[in-house]
Amino acid sequence: MRAFIIRRLLWGIPVVLGVTLITFVLFNFFAKDPVVAFLGKSATEQDLQALRVQFGLDRPHYIQYLDYLRQIVTLDFGRSWATSEPISEMMSRGLGPTLAITIPGLVATTLLAVSVGLLAGSLRGKAADRLLMALAVAGMSVSFLVYIVVGQYLLAFRVRFFQIYGYESGFDRWQYVALPIIVLVIVGMGYDSRFYRSVFVEEFTRDHVTTAVAKGAGSGRVMFRHVLKNALIPIITRVMISVPFLVTGSLLLESFFGIPGLGTMLLEALNTADFPVIKAYTVWISIVFIISTILNDVLYAVVDPRVRLE
Amino acid sequence: MKDLWHSRPVRKLRRDKWALVCLSVIVAYALVALSVKLGIFASGYEERVGEKFTTPSLEDWRLWLGTDRQGRSIFVRAMYSAKIAFGVGFVSALIGVTVGALLGGIAGYYGKNVDNFIVWLYSTVQSIPNLLLLIALTYIAGKGLFGIYVAFCATFWVGPCRVVRGEVMKLKEAEYIQSARAMGYGNWKILIQHVLPNTMHVVLVYFALLFVGAIKSEVILSYLGLGVQGEPSWGIMIDQARAELINGFYWQIGAATFSMFGLVLCFNVFADALQDALDPKSV
Repeated sequence: MRAFIIRRLLWGIPVVLGVTLITFVLFNFFAKDPVVAFLGKSATEQDLQALRVQFGLDRPHYIQYLDYLRQIVTLDFGRSWATSEPISEMMSRGLGPTLAITIPGLVATTLLAVSVGLLAGSLRGKAADRLLMALAVAGMSVSFLVYIVVGQYLLAFRVRFFQIYGYESGFDRWQYVALPIIVLVIVGMGYDSRFYRSVFVEEFTRDHVTTAVAKGAGSGRVMFRHVLKNALIPIITRVMISVPFLVTGSLLLESFFGIPGLGTMLLEALNTADFPVIKAYTVWISIVFIISTILNDVLYAVVDPRVRLE
Repeated sequence: MKDLWHSRPVRKLRRDKWALVCLSVIVAYALVALSVKLGIFASGYEERVGEKFTTPSLEDWRLWLGTDRQGRSIFVRAMYSAKIAFGVGFVSALIGVTVGALLGGIAGYYGKNVDNFIVWLYSTVQSIPNLLLLIALTYIAGKGLFGIYVAFCATFWVGPCRVVRGEVMKLKEAEYIQSARAMGYGNWKILIQHVLPNTMHVVLVYFALLFVGAIKSEVILSYLGLGVQGEPSWGIMIDQARAELINGFYWQIGAATFSMFGLVLCFNVFADALQDALDPKSV
C-alpha cells in the first residue's frame, strides 16, 4: 500500500510539470500582452517597459519558468498584478464562499440521486422507473444557463424567496447560496441518478441477491445487507471524482450569482490578464485533482478487499 | 452496405422505435442546418420583421414565435442557430474522436514509452480545469467559431483516447491479431485495418456524447462572450433573453431553450440506444 501511494505520488510530479508547462506556454507566448492590457493602448513605450520590468517579464523565458516552479515548491505564489494582494490570501478568502455552495450541492445531489437510483433500480421496467429515467434524460438535455436564468427569474425575482445576486457571511448566507445550490443539484441529478440506477440494477441481478430473496430474506434486509453494501464502491468512486470540483468552484454559477469564490477570482484574473493568479489557481487545482485520484484508488482498496494495490 | 443493414446492431436499432424517432428528429435538425448553410433558409436573421416584442401570430411565418427587442424574428434566429450548433457539434466531435482514437490506439498497441507519453499527455490535460482551458484557448485563438474549434479539439480527444487505449490493450493479444502479425503485416497496417475498426462501438458512442457536449459548451462560451460573433446562437439568445424576462417577455428564451432541448434530448436518447445496440453482451 505504501509503495503504491509513493509510486502514484511520484507519477504526479511529471503531470504537475506538464500542467505548469502548458499554462506557462499558453499565457507567456500566446496570450495578449498583459502589460498592454494593464496600461491600455495609449501608454508610451517607456511606461510599458517599466511595467514589464516590474512584473519580471523582461527576464529570459527559462528564468521566468524556473521562478514559477520555485513558487510551487515554496507554495508562495507572490502577489496579484491587478490588486497587489498576496495570492494565498485571495485564495483562502475565495475558498469559503465556493465551499458554501459546492459542499451542500454535492451532499444533496448524492443523497437524492442515490435514492432515485435505488427506487428506479428496484422498480426496473415498471412505469415509475421509466418515468424517473425519462425525467433524468430530459433534465440532462436542458442547458445549464437556462436553469440559472429561469431559477433567478422565478425564485428570486417573481417569488422573492432568495436574493438574486451577492453574498454575505454568517447566518444570512442561505439567502444567497440556496439558489445556486438548487441549480447545482438539478444539473447534477440527471446524470447521477442514471448512473446510480445502473449500479443498483447490476447489484439487484447478482446471484447472491437472488439467493437471499429465494431464502426468504425480507426486502429491507436484502436492500441494506446485500445491495447497498456492495453498491458503496461505485458510489464512493463517483463522489471522489467530484471532489476536485468542490474547490474549482463553478465559474458560471459564481459569476451569475455574484458569489466571491474561487471561480469569480479566476474569471476576473482571466479578464484582466492577471497571470500570477491564473498560474497559481491552475497548479493548485491540478494538485488537488491528482491527490484525489490517488485517494480514490486507496479508498477503493479499503472498501473492496478483492482489490489489490500493486 | 447490405451487410451493415442486416448486421446485429443495426437490426437492434431498427426495432427500437424511440431510437428511430430520435434519429429522424436529428436528421430534421441536420436538414434545417444544411439549408441555412446553403443560404436557402433563415438568411434574414438580422432583418427587422415587425415592432419589438411582437407576440406570436400566424399571419407571417417569421412571426410564429414573435420578435426580439430589435424587432428581429425569433423563429428565424432559433433556426439559424441550428447551423451553429451542428457545425460546432459535428466538427469538434469528429476531430475529437479521430485524434482520440488514433492516439489511444497508438498508446495501447505500441505500449512502453509511447504509452507512457500519451498517458502523461492526457493526464495533464485532464488535470487542468476544463472551463479554464476552454476559456484560455479561446482568448488565445481569438473569439468566434475558430477559437471554439481549437478549444474543443484540444480537450475533447481525452475521453475517446482513454477508452480506446483500454480496448486496444485487450484486443492486441487476440488470436486474429497474432495471426496477422505472423503473416508479416506491418504494425501500422494491423493497427489501422484490424485493431481500430474493432473499437468502433466505443468511438461511435463517444461521437454522440461529444456532439452533445460541444453544443452545451458552445452555449456557455457564447454567454461568456467568447463564442460566435455577429451571428445568433442559442447561447446568445438565452443571454439576450435574460433582460427581457424581467419585462415578462419569454418567447426568446423559450424558443432557444426548446430548440436546443429537442436536439440534445434526441442525441442523448439515441446515444443510449446506440450503446445498447453495440453492446455485445446484451441480446
